[in-house]
Amino acid sequence: MNVIAFGAIAIFTLVFALAAATNPRLMHAALSFAAMFVGIAAFFFLLGAEFVGLVQIFVYVGAVAVLIVFTILLTRRNADKDRGFNWGGILVAVLVFFGLVWAILRTKFVYTSLPIAKALSVKQIGQALMTHYVWPLQCVAVLLTVALIGALVLVMEDKPE
Amino acid sequence: MTLTLQFFLVVSAALFCIGLLAALSRRHAIFILIGIEMMLAAANLNFIAFWRFGPQSPYPIGVMVVIFSIAIAAAEAAVGLAMVIAVYRHFRTTNVDQLDRLKG
Repeated sequence: MNVIAFGAIAIFTLVFALAAATNPRLMHAALSFAAMFVGIAAFFFLLGAEFVGLVQIFVYVGAVAVLIVFTILLTRRNADKDRGFNWGGILVAVLVFFGLVWAILRTKFVYTSLPIAKALSVKQIGQALMTHYVWPLQCVAVLLTVALIGALVLVMEDKPE
Repeated sequence: MTLTLQFFLVVSAALFCIGLLAALSRRHAIFILIGIEMMLAAANLNFIAFWRFGPQSPYPIGVMVVIFSIAIAAAEAAVGLAMVIAVYRHFRTTNVDQLDRLKG
């Protein structure tokens, strides 16, 4: 694994994440949010989980980010700007970050070096989903159906007959 | 310098804290949802990092958890955004500071 690739992807992802969190213009923040997920998918590719990286691009960038852009377009106010700066929020976020980094750097992890990994193929993922993880698969299918129907019911307008 | 596990964990912690910042300091309801999605993505990155650096088991456990987590996060985003649209239709605002009553 390459440290330069890791550094470049990390800088890309964190810059767009910060832009999505603090930009007062709504559309710019939503599109930075989509670019951040491309960065996270690049991390997944770097770590050897290519299938999950592609699923991330399909689902997050292709569906969730587009959904957010449409919702912004549907709920426009006159002034579509938003405050992005709040000193209390920044203080809490910085404190939580320092707490997490302190905990990470103090922990003696058992596995820190990179093992020689076999490549994970889609066939293995499919076999695991169908044999060992079939029960969570069915539950997630039911959950997605319920969420779809629920979202439709929430935004449906009652037509006066 | 070789990459160790702590690099990925620190990046994931930074992403989580940026998501926390977005969820705490924004007034528009959609951006609070964006912050929550960012925190979920940071947790997914954590799972994949631990899966890669940990013992290689016959079942791809970390990848499975992340696949289900992505599906659940997408369902939650869809329902949350539907609620934002429904609230906007009723109150004509998405500013969460103004949504402080339960009575319609």
